[in-house]
Amino acid sequence: MTKNIMIVGVGGQGTLLASRILGNTVINEGYDVKLSEVHGMSQRGGSVVTYVKYGEKVYSPIVDKGEADIILAFELLEAYRALPYLKKGGKIIVNDQKIDPMPVISGLAQYPENIADKLKEVADCTVVNALSLAKEAGNTKSVNVVLIGVMAKSTDIPYEKWVETVKATVPPKFLEANLKAFELGYNL
Amino acid sequence: MKKLLLGNAAVARGAYEAGVNVVASYPGTPSTEITEEIVKFDEVYAEWSPNEKVAAEVAIGASIGGARAMSCMKHVGLNVMADPVFTVSYTGVNGGLVFCVADDPGMHSSQNEQDSRHYAKASKIMMLEPSDSSDCRDMTKMAFDLSEKFDTPVFIRLSTRVSHSQSLVELHDRECVELKPYEKNTQKYVMMPAMAIKRHVVVEDRIAASKKFADESDINKIEANGSEIGVISAGIAYMYAKEALGDKADYLKLGMVYPLPEKKILDFAKAHKKLFVVEELDPIIEEHIKALGVEVIGKEAFTLLGEYTPAMIKKAVLGEDSPESISLEENIPVRPPVMCAGCPHRATFYVLKKLGLTVSGDIGCYTLGATMPLQSVDTTICMGASVSAAHGMAKARGKEFNKKLVSVIGDSTFMHSGITGLVDIVYNKGANTVIILDNSITGMTGHQDNPTTGKTIRGEDTKQVNLITLCKAVGVERVVVADPFDIKHFEEVVKTETEADEPSVIIAQRPCALLKTVKYTGVCEINDKCRNCKMCMKLGCPAITVRQGKVVIDATQCNGCGLCVNVCPFGAIEKKD
Ligand SMILES: Cc1ncc(C[n+]2csc(CCOP(=O)(O)OP(=O)(O)O)c2C)c(N)n1
Repeated sequence: MTKNIMIVGVGGQGTLLASRILGNTVINEGYDVKLSEVHGMSQRGGSVVTYVKYGEKVYSPIVDKGEADIILAFELLEAYRALPYLKKGGKIIVNDQKIDPMPVISGLAQYPENIADKLKEVADCTVVNALSLAKEAGNTKSVNVVLIGVMAKSTDIPYEKWVETVKATVPPKFLEANLKAFELGYNL
Repeated sequence: MKKLLLGNAAVARGAYEAGVNVVASYPGTPSTEITEEIVKFDEVYAEWSPNEKVAAEVAIGASIGGARAMSCMKHVGLNVMADPVFTVSYTGVNGGLVFCVADDPGMHSSQNEQDSRHYAKASKIMMLEPSDSSDCRDMTKMAFDLSEKFDTPVFIRLSTRVSHSQSLVELHDRECVELKPYEKNTQKYVMMPAMAIKRHVVVEDRIAASKKFADESDINKIEANGSEIGVISAGIAYMYAKEALGDKADYLKLGMVYPLPEKKILDFAKAHKKLFVVEELDPIIEEHIKALGVEVIGKEAFTLLGEYTPAMIKKAVLGEDSPESISLEENIPVRPPVMCAGCPHRATFYVLKKLGLTVSGDIGCYTLGATMPLQSVDTTICMGASVSAAHGMAKARGKEFNKKLVSVIGDSTFMHSGITGLVDIVYNKGANTVIILDNSITGMTGHQDNPTTGKTIRGEDTKQVNLITLCKAVGVERVVVADPFDIKHFEEVVKTETEADEPSVIIAQRPCALLKTVKYTGVCEINDKCRNCKMCMKLGCPAITVRQGKVVIDATQCNGCGLCVNVCPFGAIEKKD
C-alpha cells in the first residue's frame, strides 16, 4: 500500500526541507517514492503544499482528497484548509502557530477560531508547540525538524534511519541543534 | 546508482550524460532548476542570457559550431524565442540541439496556461514528453541522439508536476562526445529564399521519417492488461491515469507527442472497445486522432482548464467516486502570495498608490503590487510590456494623462525586454516615466544573477551593466537613482519626474531582503504612542496585523527592515535588537 503524506504550510516556513528529509529517509528503506514540491510564486508567503508518497510502486506524485494518511501542518489555518485531503482514520500533526493571511490582515476575512479543537473533533490530531521545542533545541529555525520528528514517530521507520538522513541533509553548522530538535519532536 | 531527483535535475543529468557542452537559458518557473543544476557540472559551459531569444541563439550557434547544446525556458519564454526556433527547424543542426520547455498547467507561477505542444507542430520540430524524473533523464539523453540522427532541433516538454516532482533516477557516466567539425555550408545555414525553399523540402522529408520512427520506437509504448478500455496519454497525465485506473485499462504511453505514431494509434484503437485520450490543456492528441477517423473520448469527459488529478480520471473513465472526505463548514480565508517582509518593492508601491498614479506593470515579484492592500498596479501582460504599453497609453490619452502614469519594471525584466521599449519612447518623442525596480537580483524565480548584478551564473565577477549609463546612452537625459525606503525623498522624485515633459528613468535601488548580503536585524515593535491609525497597515506587510482591534507586529514574521518606522506619523514604531 502506498503511504500518502501531505506537508502544508506558509511559503518560507521550510516545508521543502521537511519533505526532502522524509523523501530521502523512505528511499533508504528501499521504497519507491515520489515527492511533489512547490517553487516560484506561491513560495512568497502563500499556501504551500508538498506531497510525499511511498510504497512498492508510486505513479502519481500528488495526493487527492480523502487520501492522505498523515497531514503535517506547519500552521493552523493551513491544517484546516488541508482537512478534506485526510483519509478516514488519518492523522494530523499541526504546529501551534498562526500566521495571518493578507485577507485577514486587510480585515476582509476572519481567521477561524479554535482550529485545533475543530480538528480534534473530526480527526486524530496532535498539536505541537514546535517553536518552543525548537528554542529548547537551541535554534528557532529548526521548527521544521521538530515537526518531522513528531511525524517520524507515526511511521514504521526506525529512529536511527531518520537521524541518518537529518545528518545528511542539514548543514553541519546547525547539526547539533537539529538533532536535538528531531529528538524533542520524536519523544513528544 | 539510483538517486532521488527533481524532474528538472534529471533533465540536467540526462544532458550532462549526453555530453552537452553549452547550455544557455533565461530563468522561468518551472524550468529554472535545469540550468541551475547544469552549473554543478564543471565540464559544461552554462550561462544566464538576458532573454530567451538570446539564449536560444547562443545554443543554436553552439550547435552549428559542432557542440551539443541546450536551452531551457518556461512556456511563455518559448514565445520570446519563437523566431529563431522556426528557422532553425529549416537549417537543422550540427551538434545535437535541445530546447527544453516547461508548461505550467494550473498556473502555479505564470500569467497564462498556453500549451507548448502547438509549437512543435507549427515549427515542425520533434517533441518528447517525459512522465517522471527517470523519463526526464532518459528522454533528454535520447533527444540529443535524435537531434543528430534526424538533423533537427528537438523539444522536450515538461510541466510543473514533472519539473517539480522528485523520483528515482538511475545515474550513468558522461558520454565522451567529440566536437563535430565546423564547415561553412551556406546552403544549410544561410536562410534566404533560394536556400530556404530547398530546406523546406528537407523539413517535410524529415517529418515523414520521424513519423516512421515514432511508430517503430518503443518511446511510444503499449501496456496491455487485457482491458476493453484503452487510454492514450503522455506526460504527467499518464501517471495520473496509471494511478487512477491501474490494470483496469490498457495504455498507449506517448513519449513522443510530435509527430504522433499514427499506425500504433490506429492499431491500439482497433483493439479497444472504448478509447480515451487523457491530456492536460489543449486537445492536441485528441484532435489528431479524431482526424484519423478514430472515435475517441477526450475533452468532453475532461477539461481544458488547469491540472488533472487521478480522482478526476477515475470518475471520467470508470465512473467511480473518490473516497469520502471531510468537508469544511466554514469559509476559509485564502492565502495568496505576498511581498516578503522587508521587500523593497513595497515602499515603491506605497508611494505610487499615495500619489494615485496609473501603473503600467510588469512581471516579477513586483507584480504582487497589484494585490491587496496596495493594489497599485493597473496592468500586467508580459515581460517588458510595462514600458512599451505605457508609451501606447500615453499616445492614446495625451500629455496630462501621462503625468499620472508610470511604468514599473524589475532589473532582470528591464534587461530582458524593457530596454527596447525605452528606446521606442525616446525615438518616438514620448515623455514617460519608467521606474526600474533594481533589487540587485532576479527575485521571482529564486535569485538568479543577471547582467546588472555583476556576477555570472557561476558566481564569478564580470562586467556589470550600468543602468544609468545605459539609459542615458539611448537618449534619456533624466535618470535619477533613489532609495524607495527613504519614502519622503522617493515621493518627491516621482512627483518631479512625472511632471517633466521628457522621458525619465527612476532607478529605485534597494536589494531584495532575502539576499544573503542584506542583513536586517532585530524586530520592529509598537510602543504606547500608537493611536491605532493603521497607517502602517497600508504597507501590506505580512508582519503587521490586527489582534483584538489593536495593530501588532508579529515578531516571527518581522525581519527588522524598518520601513514601517518610516511611515508611522507618531513615532510609535521602534526597532529593537
Ligand atoms: C518570457 C518570460 N520569461 C520568464 C518569465 C519568468 N519570470 C517571471 S518574473 C521574472 C524575473 C523577475 O526579475 P526582476 O525583473 O529582476 O524582478 P524581481 O522579481 O526581482 O522583483 C522571470 C524570469 C516570464 N514570466 N516570462
